[in-house]
Amino acid sequence: MHFNLRSAYAIYRREMARAFRTAFQSILSPVLTTSLYFVVFGSVIGARMEPVGGVPYGAFIIPGLLMLTLLGETTSNASFGIYMPRFTGTIYELLSAPVGVAETLAGFVGAAMTKGLILAAIILATARLFVDYEIAHPLFAAVYIMLVAASFALFGFILGIWADSFEKLGIIPLLILTPLTFLGGTFYSIRDLPAPWDAIALANPIAFLVSGLRWTFYDTADVPIALSLGLTLGFLALCTVVIAVIFRTGWRLRE
Amino acid sequence: MHEPVLSIRGLTKTYRGGTRALDNVDLDIRKGEIFALLGPNGAGKTTLIGAVCGLVRPTGGTIAAFGHDLARDWRAARARIGLVPQELSTDMFETVRRAVTYSQGLFGKRHDPARIEEILRGLSLWDKRDTQIRALSGGMKRRVLIAKALAHEPELLFLDEPTAGVDVELRKGMWDQIAALKERGVTIILTTHYIEEAEEMADRVGIIRGGRILMVDEKHAMMERLGTTEAVIDLSEPLAALPPAIAAFPVELAGEGMRLVYRGGSGAGGGAAEVARLTQALTRTGIAYTSLDIHDSSLEDIFVGLLGAQEVSA
Repeated sequence: MHFNLRSAYAIYRREMARAFRTAFQSILSPVLTTSLYFVVFGSVIGARMEPVGGVPYGAFIIPGLLMLTLLGETTSNASFGIYMPRFTGTIYELLSAPVGVAETLAGFVGAAMTKGLILAAIILATARLFVDYEIAHPLFAAVYIMLVAASFALFGFILGIWADSFEKLGIIPLLILTPLTFLGGTFYSIRDLPAPWDAIALANPIAFLVSGLRWTFYDTADVPIALSLGLTLGFLALCTVVIAVIFRTGWRLRE
Repeated sequence: MHEPVLSIRGLTKTYRGGTRALDNVDLDIRKGEIFALLGPNGAGKTTLIGAVCGLVRPTGGTIAAFGHDLARDWRAARARIGLVPQELSTDMFETVRRAVTYSQGLFGKRHDPARIEEILRGLSLWDKRDTQIRALSGGMKRRVLIAKALAHEPELLFLDEPTAGVDVELRKGMWDQIAALKERGVTIILTTHYIEEAEEMADRVGIIRGGRILMVDEKHAMMERLGTTEAVIDLSEPLAALPPAIAAFPVELAGEGMRLVYRGGSGAGGGAAEVARLTQALTRTGIAYTSLDIHDSSLEDIFVGLLGAQEVSA
């Protein structure tokens, strides 16, 4: 198996440059949105809320809000990264280059992961301004954030190849990811839901992701961490296989 | 004869929906030549390039570049091939230098600022190196695409309609740049529907239509084989019939006997000598004429003739 590090790095650098060129859209805007959540739900409303599972409400919502931004931004970033060249025609260069699926993914997904981590760091620092919190398993949290970022970067990549209009590009994050994250226990513990909603909520895969991240933060979770981790790894593997098939068949890439 | 740089056998491409864009194409490209692929719109030129460069998946046939089978050794082959597409698709917000640097890296080359400077200077883009591509004119964008394609120093370069939408003056400049690339040993395949362009630049010409290569030959040989000389002689007095003295020449009467039209010879120039003999015969016979127009058929005439013959046989 060939792997051309220079090619992968060229793609990575370009994607990072694109992010910094559109710094307002890709960094400032999600940070601003998340800050508003912290102000309203964390400081103002959170002060009147009971602690959830021993965690003060303001701190409780941090992992969920982080997940909300991470999923949305990583997905749309990666999808945009591959959709734009398809839309403008510049993808000819990638297709004609001695570059395979491994380099392409390393470049695009690597950049999406990096951006996800930068974003996460900024959001956590911002959260600190509004609420106090301690991270129970910092290393685990970092690894978990990277895994989620990688998975949804791959997912976004698939989305960007599937989409044939800007509308389709925006529809999945807006109509699926955001609602599922909101309903996935960002603002409450799924265990506190009345039956049968607690069981129904577990049909939402994102509830597992939020729960997993919350475990790395506060050592408390709605579902066992092993389940969250397993689901994340499974999603990562699934997306990788789908992309390998896309490259093999040339679907929507090569006529 | 050297092994061809590019060897295409039985290449076929049928698009979904049934359009057969390429139909059993065989083609060999020689090292160091400029090969012009000439054909009308929709003839399959861009599909042929796409199949070699990895943009199009062939339905059948084989392609080998530098001895590498493209289906298997595509990495080794693609690293030595460059493509300048027909559409001006560039990353509009990128600066010229960054765009070219990206191309160099993408093709696996070590970052080489000196080489990039050389390429940009060669294409008169150095002054614009830190300008965003969207701010450039169409001709400059085209040159940026060429610079990007040259960044990995390809040995085989595809130029898809390099002068489409480029005005006459810039077109000459483009031709000079392509000639300079050939000087450096780059093998060039260009597609065009400007016959003038093929005639000006190419060593060999392939005529493609309906996904089939109708003919491939040296430009001069093609002219020789298919070229003719045409002479139009306006007479002082109308002729009712061809006098015996000139009936042996390939001439015919036109314009109600006021005009003699000669068609003969070949692109090699035999026609002009024969027209000279014809005029002597006219003088000897006492036929006076007021004007004489003589010209060799261009590649364009050949092209139109070939396509016309196709239509008749089809």
